[in-house]
Amino acid sequence: MNLQCPMPKFDFDSITLGHGSGGLLTHRLLQSGVFDIFKNDLLDQQHDGASFNLNGNIAFSTDSYVISPIFFPGGNIGDLAINGTVNDLAMCGAAAKYLSLSFIIEEGFTMDEFWKILVSIKFAADKSNIKIVTGDTKVVEKGKGDKIFINTSGIGIIHPKANIHHKNIEAGDVIIVSGNIASHGISIMSLRKGLEFETNIESDTINLNHTIISLLEKFGNDIKFFRDPTRGGIASVLNEIAELTKLGFYIDQKLIPIDEQVDAACEMLGLDPLYVANEGLFMAIVKKEIANNFLATLQHDKNGINAAIIGEVTKVNAGKVIMKSRIGGKRVVNYLTGEQLPRIC
Amino acid sequence: MKYLSEYRDQKLAEEFIKEIHRITTKPWTLMEICGGQTHSLVKNGILEMLPEKISMVHGPGCPVCVTSLSIIDEAIYLAQQPNVIFCSFGDMLRVPGSTKNLLELKAEGADVRILYSPLEAVTIAKENLEKEIIFFAVGFETTAPANALSVIHADKLKINNYSILASHVLVPPAMEAILSDDENKIDAFLAAGHVCTIMGMEEYFPVAKKYKTPIVVTGFEPVDLLQGILMAVQQLEKGEYKVENQYARYVQREGNKIAKETINKVFDVSDRIWRGIGSIPHSGYEVNDRYKKFNARLKFKINLPVAEENKECISGDIMKGLKKPKQCKNFGTKCKPEHPLGAPMVSSEGSCAAYYHYSNAENVLA
Repeated sequence: MNLQCPMPKFDFDSITLGHGSGGLLTHRLLQSGVFDIFKNDLLDQQHDGASFNLNGNIAFSTDSYVISPIFFPGGNIGDLAINGTVNDLAMCGAAAKYLSLSFIIEEGFTMDEFWKILVSIKFAADKSNIKIVTGDTKVVEKGKGDKIFINTSGIGIIHPKANIHHKNIEAGDVIIVSGNIASHGISIMSLRKGLEFETNIESDTINLNHTIISLLEKFGNDIKFFRDPTRGGIASVLNEIAELTKLGFYIDQKLIPIDEQVDAACEMLGLDPLYVANEGLFMAIVKKEIANNFLATLQHDKNGINAAIIGEVTKVNAGKVIMKSRIGGKRVVNYLTGEQLPRIC
Repeated sequence: MKYLSEYRDQKLAEEFIKEIHRITTKPWTLMEICGGQTHSLVKNGILEMLPEKISMVHGPGCPVCVTSLSIIDEAIYLAQQPNVIFCSFGDMLRVPGSTKNLLELKAEGADVRILYSPLEAVTIAKENLEKEIIFFAVGFETTAPANALSVIHADKLKINNYSILASHVLVPPAMEAILSDDENKIDAFLAAGHVCTIMGMEEYFPVAKKYKTPIVVTGFEPVDLLQGILMAVQQLEKGEYKVENQYARYVQREGNKIAKETINKVFDVSDRIWRGIGSIPHSGYEVNDRYKKFNARLKFKINLPVAEENKECISGDIMKGLKKPKQCKNFGTKCKPEHPLGAPMVSSEGSCAAYYHYSNAENVLA
C-alpha cells in the first residue's frame, strides 16, 4: 500500500442499502477494496470473528464515533476512530494489538469519501502498529444517520510495569497535561455551519500508545494514573478523579497550556476551554519525586512538546477541583451540565 | 489577543486590589449590571479578594434571565407551528417555559436551530422559501442593532418568509426601577460596557444625578472590573455621584451612531415584562409599524394566556440586588442547572449559574 492509496475501481459511486445487506453487494464492496487495504493474517481468514492467543494482562475498550463534520483540519472520522480506541487502551497502560471496525453508513454516502476514510484508517492503524481483525458494515436509509458512524473495539496487553489505578493517587502527586488543551474541539467547531471562522487550528488526533508505553517503561508504577480528556475536556476528567479518590485537585490556570488562537476562539464563542474536547492529549498523575523528570521526558516526545505541570493533588477540598485564576483568585471547577451552548453576547 | 493577557495580568490586578483595600473605609454595596461581569467576578475569584466592607450584588443584565415566561411560551408556540424553522442564540434553549424548553422541543423533532448571528437566519429564509423562518431577537441594546439589521436586510431582499420575535430589554429603565424600589440598597453601579459601546453614556447622567448614585461604565476582564470597582469606591468615599468610563477603549460618550440609527429604524420603545421583576415602562424594543410584517407576534397572531411564574424562584430579588443566589433556600437543592426553577440557574450569564458552577461548595476554598 503506497501513500497515495489510489481508489480501486468500484462499479458504484455511492453506498446503497444493498451494500449493508450481507449479500452480493456487501461481498463486492469488501472484496474490491476493504479486505485488501487492511490485509493481515487474521482478517484474511474472513471468518465471523478473529481467533488468536494473547499473553499477559489484557485491557479491552470500545468507543463509537459520530462526529460532524466527518472531515476536519488535522484528520477525519477514520483516524479518530482508530486513535480514540488505541488511546483508551493506552490510558489503561496497554499497548493496543487488535481492533474491530464497524461502520453504520447512511445510504447515498459517496465511495470517494468512504475510500478517503478507509485510507486514513489504514494509516492510523499502521502508525499505531495494530491490526484490524474483524468488522461489520451496515447501511441505514437516507435521513436515518449522519453520513457515517464508526465503532471500534480493541484489546491490548498491559505493560508489565504498569499499575494505573485511581486508588494509587495520593496527596502530593503532581498533575500533568501532555499538550495544548481544547484544540480538537475548536477545530471542529470552526467548521460548523454558521460559524466558519478562519483559523489554522488543527485537531490533534494522534495515537499515544508509543508515548505511553515508553513512559511506563521508564517510570513504571510511579505513574499513578492516565486519562485522555476527550469529551468534557480536562475539567470533567479532574472531577471524575476527584470524586473517585475523595482528594482535592488543585490546578493553576496560568500553567495550563493553550494555543493563543484556540484561547481567542473560546473567548469569542463564550466557551470554557477546560470543558472543550481533546484528541491526542492525555493527563497524567505522577509521584512528586519523578514529576520533573517525567515532564522533561515527555517534552522530548513529539506528542508532548507543550506538556506542562498544571497542579497537584491535595488533602484539602476533598472531592473538589479548585483552580487558581490568572489573577490569583480561586474558584471551583465543576462538572458541566449538558452541552456548552454559545452565549448571546 | 493582546487584550486577553493585559487585562488578566496578575500584578496589575494585585495593585488594584491593594488600592481598593486601602481606600475603603465604609461598607458599600455595588451592583454590576451585566451577567458577563458577574461571571467574570466569580470565575476569577474576585469576590473573595475584595474587602469585606464591599458587597457586590448581581444585576439584571442577563437577557436570558429577564426574558419573561410568557415570551418563552411564545417562542415555544412559534417553534411548534408547522413549516417553521425557529432560530435562536444557543443560550435561550435551556430556559424553562411553562411546560418545557426549546431544547426539549428540538429533541421532539421541532426545527430549532442555534445561530450566531440573525443575518444567518435571513440566509436560511432565502434558501427555504417554502418555510417560515423566525429569529428569537433577545438581548439588551447590545444585540438590537444586528437584529434590526436582519429585518432591514430581509426587507431589502424582499424576503417575506422571515420574522423576529422581539424581546429586547433596555438597561437604564431597569436601573431606575431598581433604584426606586423601597428596599433598594445599591450605592453604586458598574454599567455594562457592551451596552454602552452601542448606546453611549448620555442616558446615565440623569440617573446618576436623580438618585445620587455613581455609575462607572465597566468592561468584563478581571482588571477592568477591579478598576471599575476602584473608581466607584473612590467616588463613594468622596461622596460623589458621577458617570465615569472605565471601558474607554470601546465606549464613547455618544455611543455608536450608526448602530443607534439602525435600532431606531426598526424598533419602537415599548413596555416590557421582566421575568421576576414585573412590567417596567419603556424598557423594551418592539418592531415598529414600518416593519410590522416582520413582527412574528403579528404575523402568527399569537394570543397566549399570560404565564404564571414559579413562585419558588426568587430571581427577581436577586436581579434587584436584594438577595444573593446562596440566600435562596432552593439553591443547589431543588434548583440546579439540570432542573432549574428559573432562568438564572441555566443561563451562561445567570448569577445563580455563576455561583453554582464556580463556587457551589460554600467555604470550600482552603
